[in-house]
Amino acid sequence: MADHKLVVSSSPHLRTKETTPRLMGAVLLALLPAALASIVLFGPRALAVMAVTLASALVAEGLYMKIVRKPVTIADGSAAITGLLLAFNMPPMVPLWVPVIGSFFAIIVVKQLFGGLGQNFMNPALAARAFLLAAWPMSMTTGWVVPFDGVTSATPLQVLRGMASARLPETWELLVGMRAGALGETSAVALLLGGFYLLWKGVIDWRIPGCFIGTVALVTWAFGGSGGLFTGNVLAHTLTGGLLLGAFFMATDYVTSPVTRRGRVVMGIGCGLITALIRLWGGFPEGVSYSILLMNVATPLIDRATLPRVFGQRRVKAA
Amino acid sequence: MRRKTFGGGVHPPHHKKLTEEQAIRDAREPKLVVIPLSQHLGAPGNPLVQKGDQVAVGQKIGDTDAYVAAPVHASVSGKVVAVEPRMHPALGRPELAIVIESDGEGRVHESVQPKPSVDDLDADTIRSLIREAGLAGLGGAAFPTAVKVSPPRSKPIDTFVLNGAECEPFLTADHRLMVEEAPDIVFGMKALMKAIPVSRGFICIEDNKPDAVRAMKEAVRGEPGLEVVALETRYPQGSEKQMIKSVLGREVPPPPGLPLDVGVVVNNVGTAHALATVLKTGMPLVDRVVTVTGPVITAPANLRVKLGTLFSDLIEQCGGYSALPGKLIMGGPMMGVAQHTAEVPVIKGTSGILALAENQAWDGDPTPCIKCARCVDVCPMQLVPVFMSAYAERGQWDMADRYNAADCLECGCCSYICPAKRPLVQTIRLAKHEILAARRQRAQAR
Repeated sequence: MADHKLVVSSSPHLRTKETTPRLMGAVLLALLPAALASIVLFGPRALAVMAVTLASALVAEGLYMKIVRKPVTIADGSAAITGLLLAFNMPPMVPLWVPVIGSFFAIIVVKQLFGGLGQNFMNPALAARAFLLAAWPMSMTTGWVVPFDGVTSATPLQVLRGMASARLPETWELLVGMRAGALGETSAVALLLGGFYLLWKGVIDWRIPGCFIGTVALVTWAFGGSGGLFTGNVLAHTLTGGLLLGAFFMATDYVTSPVTRRGRVVMGIGCGLITALIRLWGGFPEGVSYSILLMNVATPLIDRATLPRVFGQRRVKAA
Repeated sequence: MRRKTFGGGVHPPHHKKLTEEQAIRDAREPKLVVIPLSQHLGAPGNPLVQKGDQVAVGQKIGDTDAYVAAPVHASVSGKVVAVEPRMHPALGRPELAIVIESDGEGRVHESVQPKPSVDDLDADTIRSLIREAGLAGLGGAAFPTAVKVSPPRSKPIDTFVLNGAECEPFLTADHRLMVEEAPDIVFGMKALMKAIPVSRGFICIEDNKPDAVRAMKEAVRGEPGLEVVALETRYPQGSEKQMIKSVLGREVPPPPGLPLDVGVVVNNVGTAHALATVLKTGMPLVDRVVTVTGPVITAPANLRVKLGTLFSDLIEQCGGYSALPGKLIMGGPMMGVAQHTAEVPVIKGTSGILALAENQAWDGDPTPCIKCARCVDVCPMQLVPVFMSAYAERGQWDMADRYNAADCLECGCCSYICPAKRPLVQTIRLAKHEILAARRQRAQAR
């Protein structure tokens, strides 16, 4: 028998076909319905914002890696997700240079400076949104328009908080996305389609989105009404703002959410409580992104506090 | 009803179609056998023969007085041509072995005599027969069976579990044995149970082997106390801790906890079958069933093989390689040991010989961990591989220890499922090794 070289390595010798780029690809595919809905609702403007944001995220990632002489891995899809999610968070009429700065901030400051893929402690797209909101509040908080007619309008959450007076959209309008809001957040149906696809494919776990949305629904139902306990408008609160986008696509970001099962429950409930708190009693109409960012920061602590009980052990040993 | 199973685990492709319909046939008589003196978990044996000696089939050629050990026997008749270190397929380094050139006559040693009926044997006698026959767990770990069936008095045993899960992909040796030799397996199982002694027994089989389940059910009909249980097909169902959880709902405590601590003894179906042979013919453990398989084996088969037969000999009998192999493995793909040569012998723990193609031999370089937590979700021990491995990669053994790395089964589910192809179990295994070494050192210092 010809003695040629055999690979000797430690077991296992069998690996799943799942790879990081395939997971990222699944997330991009799941974001597609919302992206298409956004283009239909807000027109070419939406396409322009998404294209510019996504492209600048890829450029930022490639450029940084070239400069620090690391292998360029923009093909893994993670920068594309960051870019697209950031675009989804933009008001339709945002000046195009704003998301470009946001992309560079997300990729270079939030992700690469902390060590690149897998090392950032906050969701890059959300951290960039928070940065843009602080730096250029006018660009980020105006420019809400009603789909199709392009007339400037308040968002439903601003109406709910009494910060603006306008007609609250009907439920069917909330479902298809016929309301003012950030580019990718308005069409509940498109977001749910993508979210359920990720759940079905096992890309994300139900715990974070389930507990997040459930908690917001419960708290806004209990305390969100003007007629006393349990009179809140649950449907309006769950279908508006960035709740579905945040719960399915941003709070579930692997890198910045807990790895333990119980930790994911804590993450979901925590996000839900903070969101509801800000929406009902805070200074902003919307709290999804801050809730996720705060829970991102708490993630290492949550992991440590929720380590599973080792098989056969009676109690959890504190690590 | 919910299917009986444990928490965690993975569903790798079975790859059993290659050999699951292949009846067990005898391998060609080997011209040369290499019999390592250490084939089991425990103390290695000392040679009882010298170069130039004539030996016969079933003759004891290596033994030791150590408690956790098992003797080895000649599997062919002929002349001892060497007593020297030879490459060992499980330890990956040369170990003392007895090399016998077969004379092809198959003369049986005079010590090989049929044993009295099991009904006339007491527990102590069965245990000493098991010890003398060199029985060790044929599932792969090769723990000396005599030790396993001798629980201390302080640990009452109420249940015996016969492991027919064969959860490793590709392997079908136990499967075929159950289909073809069910009555002998039950015979051996009853003898094992008498040795312990214990009266309740379960035969656990993954439900992807309905023909084996049927055959075993048929064989236990009318046997009080014995029951066949089909468990969900999920790796590592054949790990004894997971199997006990699946069938009885009991959790074996972390190391040094043993199945004994929850009143259970687990043995492999192959071991039970080997005991039946010992009792019926008197022949000690000199052969076993080996699945020779893989995408680059021309004619995969289940062979009854004389211990000590070289892998290369068996691969040749299966038509040789159909394409260049990239990896040669003893055992299954999840926990098997990669070989750097086919010139190694079949030992008691060799359940299979698996040859993978060149493009299956290497999974590529790892990419950064994205903390997807799949490893946490699949860990059957409910550990957190992502953290243990991160500390192990940095050589922070004490931190890995705080995350209970020493409790790892090394089943490999974490590495299997990792989308970034990171060496999770590989680094945890290293940490476990270091942690256990440090503990031994501390114990000695005391």
